[in-house]
This record gives sequence, C-alpha cells and structure tokens, in this order.
Amino acid sequence: MSQRSYWSLAAVGLAVPVACWWLLATSGVVNRVFLPSPYDVIHRVGVWFSDDDLLADIGISAFRVVTGWALSALIAIPLGLLIGTFRVVRALLEPLTDFIRYMPAVAFIPLVMLWIGIDEGAKIGIIFIGTFFQMVLMVAEDVRRVPMAQIEAAQTMGATRREVIEEVIVPSAKPALLDTLRITMGWAWTYLVVAELVAANSGLGYAIIKAQRFLQTDKIFAGIILIGAIGLAMDQAFRLVHRLAFPWLHARS
Amino acid sequence: MASAISCRSVCKVFATGRKEIIALQNVTLDVADGEFLTVVGASGCGKSTLLRVLAGLESYTSGSVTTAGATVVGPGAERGMVFQNYSLYPWLTVLGNIKFPRQLAIHTRDRTSSDVETASGRADALLHLMGLAHVATAYPSQLSGGMQQRVAIARALMTRPRILLMDEPFGALDAQTREVMHDLILYVSALEDCTVVFVTHDVEEAIYLGRRVLLMAPQPGRIDSIYDVPLPPQRGQSMKHATEFLRLKSEIRERIAGTSGLRTDLELLQKLSRRAAR
Repeated sequence: MSQRSYWSLAAVGLAVPVACWWLLATSGVVNRVFLPSPYDVIHRVGVWFSDDDLLADIGISAFRVVTGWALSALIAIPLGLLIGTFRVVRALLEPLTDFIRYMPAVAFIPLVMLWIGIDEGAKIGIIFIGTFFQMVLMVAEDVRRVPMAQIEAAQTMGATRREVIEEVIVPSAKPALLDTLRITMGWAWTYLVVAELVAANSGLGYAIIKAQRFLQTDKIFAGIILIGAIGLAMDQAFRLVHRLAFPWLHARS
Repeated sequence: MASAISCRSVCKVFATGRKEIIALQNVTLDVADGEFLTVVGASGCGKSTLLRVLAGLESYTSGSVTTAGATVVGPGAERGMVFQNYSLYPWLTVLGNIKFPRQLAIHTRDRTSSDVETASGRADALLHLMGLAHVATAYPSQLSGGMQQRVAIARALMTRPRILLMDEPFGALDAQTREVMHDLILYVSALEDCTVVFVTHDVEEAIYLGRRVLLMAPQPGRIDSIYDVPLPPQRGQSMKHATEFLRLKSEIRERIAGTSGLRTDLELLQKLSRRAAR
C-alpha cells in the first residue's frame, strides 16, 4: 500500500467515528449533558487552556508518567538483561516477578498511600508498580530472543562473557527493547489516571474526576481525548527514534 | 603429518529428564593439518554435536579432544566457526561484521599500530577475496543468502583460525549459489591453509569438498565409516559426473539409509495401494 492511500484510509478511519459522534450528539436523541458534541469538547479545551491552566495539568501528569516509567526502566532493563542472560538469575527472580505481575497494581494503592503518603511519590510509585514487573519480563524475553548463533559466533571469535553481553546481546536486543519501552509507556499513562483518581489535586486524571462531580461531561471527554492524543504523540516519537536509531532495520536493497 | 584435531573415545550424553541420550559414543578421530574433512549422516547421528564439541560450544562427557595439541575446554579464536544462518550482526555493515573480532580484547591486547594496519589490510583482503568489495557498506539484510554466508566465512577467517568448523553453511542456499560457494570455499581454505571440518546432509557436497568423508550413524551417535575421496585435490564441477564420484555417492547414500533405521515398508505400501484401487 502506498503512503498516500494509507494516510487517506487513516483519515477516513478517524473521521467516521467523529462524524457519528457529532450526529448522535446534535440529533437530540441523547441528552447533551451526557453526550456533549465535538464542538463542546473543543470549546472546553479552549476554556481549560485559557482559564484553568491546562498546560500545568498536562505538565504534572506527563512528569508523573515519565518519572514512574523511567524509574521502572532504569531498574527493569539491567534486571531483565540478567534474567534473560543468566539461568541462575532467571531461576531466582522470574517466578517471583511472574507472581507479582499478576497482582493488580491498583490493589497496591492503599498500601502505597500508607507507606509513601499522598505526595508525588505515591503517584509515581503506583505508575512504577504498574509498569515495572511487566517491563522486567518483557526485557528478559527481548534478550532471550537474540539468536543463539549470534552469541556463539562471538564466542568462537574469542569474546568473553562480558563482551558477548556488551557487543552482541545489547546491540542485538536494542530495537526490541525500544519497542518494550514504547509499549510500557502506554501502560504508564493508564496507571496515571488510576493514580490521580485516588490521591491528587492536579493533573489530567484529577481534572476528569473533578469534572464528574460537576457533571462536566465535556471536560471528561476533553481529558480522555487529551490523554489519548499525548499517548499517540509519544508513541509516534518512539517510532521516529526507532527509525533513526536503527537504520539497518529499515534499509532495503 | 601432525594432527590438527585429535579425538580420543569422546562420549557425549545428554540428560533429558530421566532419559539419557547418547549423542556421541566412543568417537576417535584424527584430522590432519590442512585436511578438508566432510561429515555426513542421518539426522540425529551427532554430526552437529561433534562439530560443536570441537568448537568448544558443547562439553563432552568423557574422552579427550585436542586441537593442535591443546585440550579443548571452551570456544577459542583459533577455531573459527561458520553457522547455517542468523549469525551475522544485522546492526553492522558487511565490513563492520568482518572487523567485529577487532573489537574483542583478545585481539586488541598488546596491539601495536602496525598490527592495526595489518588487521585493516586483512579485512580489506578478505572483502576482496570473498567478492564483497562492492557491498562493504551494505547491511546483511540487504544481501542475498549466498552473500551473507560469504560475510560469515570472511568474518570467521578474520582471526586467522587454524581450524575452520562449518555447520551446514550452505544448507539454506539454492543449488546454483551452492556450486559457486563450493569452489570458493575450496579456494579460500587452500589459500588460508586451514584445516576444515564441514558438516552437511548433502552427500554430493560432502564428496566434492572433502578429501575424506566421515559417515556417522545415529542411536547412539557414532562414527560408522570413513571414505577416502578418489579425486585429485584440485576439484572441478565436471568431476561430479565421473564414474568414481557417482559410485561413491550411491555407496554413501545407501549406507546412510542403512544406518538411519528409517526404511520405507514397500510391501505395506503396495498392499495399501492395492486395497485403495479395489
């Protein structure tokens, strides 16, 4: 498929649901209080921006997401690398991680609030719990997918264990690792809302909760759509980095 | 002549749960310096295991394996290995792949500037020798399978190994590309003066390349027989039609079929087809 037909189809795929939404909202079948029109939502975004400091909400939410996610990556990548590389570490840690992974992160919220309080740390902590355990296992899997022949070839050229990790496993797994970071960033946004629903007085998730109290459905819509748009933008940024950082994956003769 | 490789009663047992599988039983083998030995056999005969034991990628249960007089305890740069596929580094260019060993401490220790120059010259020489000069800056994914294997061979030769171990290196290539690669590997191994152990499932390939053909048998994996190839050292494609070539080929094929334990039950097949016809 050509680039052009891809983008025209993508435009249709986005336009149709919006058009349906508009028709449904303006037809009067549904009460405007419960289903605001796209125009109401856009208008609300404008008011939010000019009167309610939208940028501050976006800023604090993005800060929480990125910090929680980055902390998680900082520990998960080296740990996943060890689990994926050394059988001893794998036996030691993988079952435990697997076990914790199935515990719902949301259920940790009361505990997090008791331990860390309701400051920034609590929100970042919830995002961390939500992403970390999945990330460790995904990184370990990325590392395990490095073809054995690549590793063994290095060994027959005289590479030490450390060199195999640094010169083969890490560069070989890098594209998959970046994809893992991209996907877990999406989850971090999901947990942001959870974190802000519970204990916050700023941020996009908090704004959504507050809007519910005042029956401002248009603001709820605006918040949800903004989070979606920010997530999409970050996702595309990751894809761009992927293309720039790994030219060999995109080079074709 | 001195032995490049010497195996004495080598056994290799894989333990899978409660069952033990004997991958290699009492393998005793000498490969002369500069020899081209090919290894064939039915699947499960341990030919790849033997090669991996020689490479040091696989341990052995008992016996002794020495290369150039030194006991094999793990992989080493004096024993280069070429794999069937997926061994190239896709993030490096062709030249980057060939120069890869130069990043490793073992090849950079105590290096002088003239060594660096020599190594650089060697990478260039290999690039030309393997016919890769025009794709030096391409990535492996941009090359055909045959060209990728040329890169793998060049990279394995970069460290000047005394022994080159090849595990079905042309198994994924088409017939025409294979023929070109056969003449290339014969030429290069003679030029580099290295000992080659070449595992394949293709009997014709084994006879064409090998000075001797080692036939292994499965269950337990063992050496069945060794054939001297009655062809002059300088090989040419026309020899594949020579009587002695064809005779040896059918002899080895029959022997492999005999050791594989897999026989087609012709009587049963006939009975079944007769029943189907009725």
